Amino acid sequence: MSGSTIETLRRMADQIARNFEVMGHTDAVEATADHINMFWDPRMKQQIFADDRDALSPIARAAIDELAEGVEPAHQTRATVFNSAHEAGHSDAG
Amino acid sequence: MGYERQKDFGTPAVRSESQVTLTIDGRAVTVPEGTTVMRAASESGGSIPKLCATDNLKQFGSCRLCLVEIEGARGTPASCTTPVAEGMVVKTQTPRLEKLRKGVMELYISDHPLDCLTCSANNDCELQDQAAAVGLRDVRYGYEGANHLAEPTDHSNPYFDFDPSKCIVCSRCVRACDEVQGTFALTVDGRGFASEISAGQTLDNFMSSECVSCGACVQACPTATLQEKKVKEVGKPERSVVTTCAYCGVGCTFRAEMRGEQLVRMVPYKDGKANRGHSCVKGRFAWGYANHQDRITSPMIRDSIDQPWREVSWDEALTYAADRLKTIKAKHGARALGGITSSRCTNEETFLVQKLIRGGFGSNNVDTCARVCHSPTGYGLKTTFGTSAGTQDFDSVEHSDVILVIGANPTDGHPVFGSRMKQRLRQGAKLIVIDPRRIDLVKSPHIEAAHHLPLQPGTNVALLTAIAHVIVTEGLAHEDFIRERCDWDEYQDWARFVSDEKHSPEVLEGVTRVPAQSVREAARLFATGGNGAIYYGLGVTEHSQGSSTVMAIANLAMVTGNIGRDGVGVNPLRGQNNVQGACDMGSFPHELPGYRHISDAETRALFEQDWGVTLDAEPGLRINNMLDAAVDGEFRAIYIQGEDILQSDPNTKHVAAGLEAMECVIVHDLFLNETANYAHIFLPGSTFLEKDGTFTNAERRIQPVRKVMEPANGMSDWEVTQALANALDLNWNYTHPSEILDEIARLTPSFAGVSWERLEREDSLQWPVNEQYPDGAPVMHVDGFVRGKGKFVVTEYVPTDEKTGPRFPLLLTTGRILSQYNVGAQTRRTENVQWHEEDLLEMHPSDADNRGLKDGDWTKLTSRTGETTLRLKVTDRVAPGVVYTTFHHPATQANVVTTDFSDWATNCPEYKVTAVQVMPSNGPSDWQEGYVDLTERARRIEGEMEPAE
Repeated sequence: MSGSTIETLRRMADQIARNFEVMGHTDAVEATADHINMFWDPRMKQQIFADDRDALSPIARAAIDELAEGVEPAHQTRATVFNSAHEAGHSDAG
Repeated sequence: MGYERQKDFGTPAVRSESQVTLTIDGRAVTVPEGTTVMRAASESGGSIPKLCATDNLKQFGSCRLCLVEIEGARGTPASCTTPVAEGMVVKTQTPRLEKLRKGVMELYISDHPLDCLTCSANNDCELQDQAAAVGLRDVRYGYEGANHLAEPTDHSNPYFDFDPSKCIVCSRCVRACDEVQGTFALTVDGRGFASEISAGQTLDNFMSSECVSCGACVQACPTATLQEKKVKEVGKPERSVVTTCAYCGVGCTFRAEMRGEQLVRMVPYKDGKANRGHSCVKGRFAWGYANHQDRITSPMIRDSIDQPWREVSWDEALTYAADRLKTIKAKHGARALGGITSSRCTNEETFLVQKLIRGGFGSNNVDTCARVCHSPTGYGLKTTFGTSAGTQDFDSVEHSDVILVIGANPTDGHPVFGSRMKQRLRQGAKLIVIDPRRIDLVKSPHIEAAHHLPLQPGTNVALLTAIAHVIVTEGLAHEDFIRERCDWDEYQDWARFVSDEKHSPEVLEGVTRVPAQSVREAARLFATGGNGAIYYGLGVTEHSQGSSTVMAIANLAMVTGNIGRDGVGVNPLRGQNNVQGACDMGSFPHELPGYRHISDAETRALFEQDWGVTLDAEPGLRINNMLDAAVDGEFRAIYIQGEDILQSDPNTKHVAAGLEAMECVIVHDLFLNETANYAHIFLPGSTFLEKDGTFTNAERRIQPVRKVMEPANGMSDWEVTQALANALDLNWNYTHPSEILDEIARLTPSFAGVSWERLEREDSLQWPVNEQYPDGAPVMHVDGFVRGKGKFVVTEYVPTDEKTGPRFPLLLTTGRILSQYNVGAQTRRTENVQWHEEDLLEMHPSDADNRGLKDGDWTKLTSRTGETTLRLKVTDRVAPGVVYTTFHHPATQANVVTTDFSDWATNCPEYKVTAVQVMPSNGPSDWQEGYVDLTERARRIEGEMEPAE
């Protein structure tokens, strides 16, 4: 069932957007953009920037549009806030 | 150290605010109130003869050897059952006591073989010691009377024998099974002279009984009645080394007891803070893989995977690997290279692997097995609590009143902690189990869950939201806690969300299939039952909403005020021994050690300066993305230390396609594992017995791993990684893992106060260990959350894309069993296969009837991804519509059928929900047959007639 890489990336972006949807459109767009910005490899970002974004859900599409324009999204959840160089408080140990 | 038995104080330690002073043999002794006279004597350096008493069991008072005289008291009370009293005056050695004790010993010895010189317990036998201690010189009764000397030995257990002819019926084994392990497999059968220890029912032996082979009875036995076969085979140990188990995330401490260079036995260390002297069948006995014939100890290379392996020198293998890596990097760039760190290896080794990838390869394409197990814990707990780590130590469970277990099977997956939990449940704590399957904990001897909520796989978020609905709408929220510790506005948003009628148990019953009344009762119990603790495992995380479920769990702990003290908390039960440590050491592609994002210039500068390299500022690829990129030709080389992704990761065919597409696959492992079928370079690994270093367990406890024997391959794993780094011109020169640990402490704020010397002195430390917490932190969030306020996060239930339908009407969920570990690479190479020699498919009787299937039948398990065959086990442990299997054997490879669906936030695979069909089968699938051929070809070694496995 494994699809192409771009299909996987679309699914990932839509899935992130769908789980942020409950925040409301505007906040969900920002959270989706923030998440992708902090966790995706640059190749993955470039691939989805170059893809047909109409294939994405509205929230994911808006988030990708924002990132493709070079906007650096603000952190929307603590998941994307990391320790500074000399801090010890945060951990995202899996 | 030389060999000596672990100190035994006779009865358990007592915790009390009040101290009592008494006099024992003329010496003043002060101990906590409630301590026994026996323990008080022992703590003050004395020694009262004993046989039935041991300090991890409740006092029993049956052997009559520990009698003492107490001024003003009548008779000669047993010191093991007599509590101390202020001003008490005790004599432990008097002519009267000597005579009594000698009389008792005479009776024991009159029915005991007099074969001390040839007995395997000679010089390591409490009966022998006590006979000497009481000065027994002859037995007036003779040895010709009725006795038990002809009783046959039970050899059925693969690891220990039961020789009843040597049994003194002290009941220590029975009590250990009851009190410590909680299995209740042993009993004293018969009365008086006819009393004998019995495993299970009359016709049972140890192997056919309920015994789980934890070894508690063997450890408790004061004679050679229950003894490890290895002691009989090898002899009494000569020395011991305290080290840390390399199996699950509990992190048990053991004494590796050695004779020369040979490991005789692993004995749980009584001072081990994670295990408190207990063990399970894996850590205690399943270490034979270390010397298994499949172990590869020479480096091997081949130009392509269709060629046989060629054994070469370390220099040739490392040069070959380095040349390939350099060539690929020069041609395709650094981002075409990456690696996977091992959660089975030490912190120091993991640190070096990520350092090699980031600093040597030049990319951040580093990931670890946490990706496929607890990465959603990282996301979920960090979002809600500000930091992701188990909030408690294991001791905390002793203070819990209500224990909620969701998506975990502690008695199988984390058995030593499972036993601790069962001890608390037998003391009266209430249990709620949320699991599609009726795990053993739901109903076992003297334990019955107050509520078992057998939800439909994939509906965790819906069920937890329904529980929250009840708590909020029935006014059970802990408002004071929330106002003080959490963001009140966010709480109100969340409370409005969960209070919506559409989140009521009655409405969501249609989704979860859990009766609404059960949900309501469980919610009320958790909110009002006292200290509520949540323990969870991969049944939470390995879902498309794994991260949401973790956040829903955190919400539940916060709304009930169950954070920040003993007995409560949110406790991820981590799978592999060092998965916590692997994460701490910077194994994720987006962050450096200490959870600092790779994009942070100041953090990068710290590492760049220390390592003398330039680091890529962008996150790297996760495992699944590495494989995708490999298929696309974007990712070409990988270094995998101590992981078997072909067997452990989902959608095996896709994993195989990714590996096959790479130009350089370096596998660094003990065995030619499944992933090695696709490898070009094999670097032999070392076991945990062959290295120094540290592991960090699920409590954040950093514990020493100590080398007890030289590596069979000539190098510990950290040395292999260093050699590869130096072949890449990195010029590393560590001479001991303590130097790596110093580097970790220098660069990682939460480890700032950790050093090898300190661990040698203090045994273990729970991070953070820094200026704020100089001695570490057993319980987190005590006076408030570590970072700011607790955040309630609205978690909307989003059904998985994996749907059942006419073609695939059943839901498959996967898990583990007690005797096997992870992909089975270690445990399959031990006698543990006697308990589990193949993966079975569990199916409800009604589903089996509908398909004309019966117990033991071969079945074909098919999903949209693939198919495999395995034998059927018909059981009502699983609900109709749900099937279950394990993933311990490559012959079945459950992951051939699991899908690419994964957690929305972390890409943790959705192992727990796969739509499948099950039909009769008369043989292996085409894929299985093909895989056998491939494996045989892939494991050929030049000069050897047979494949290595």
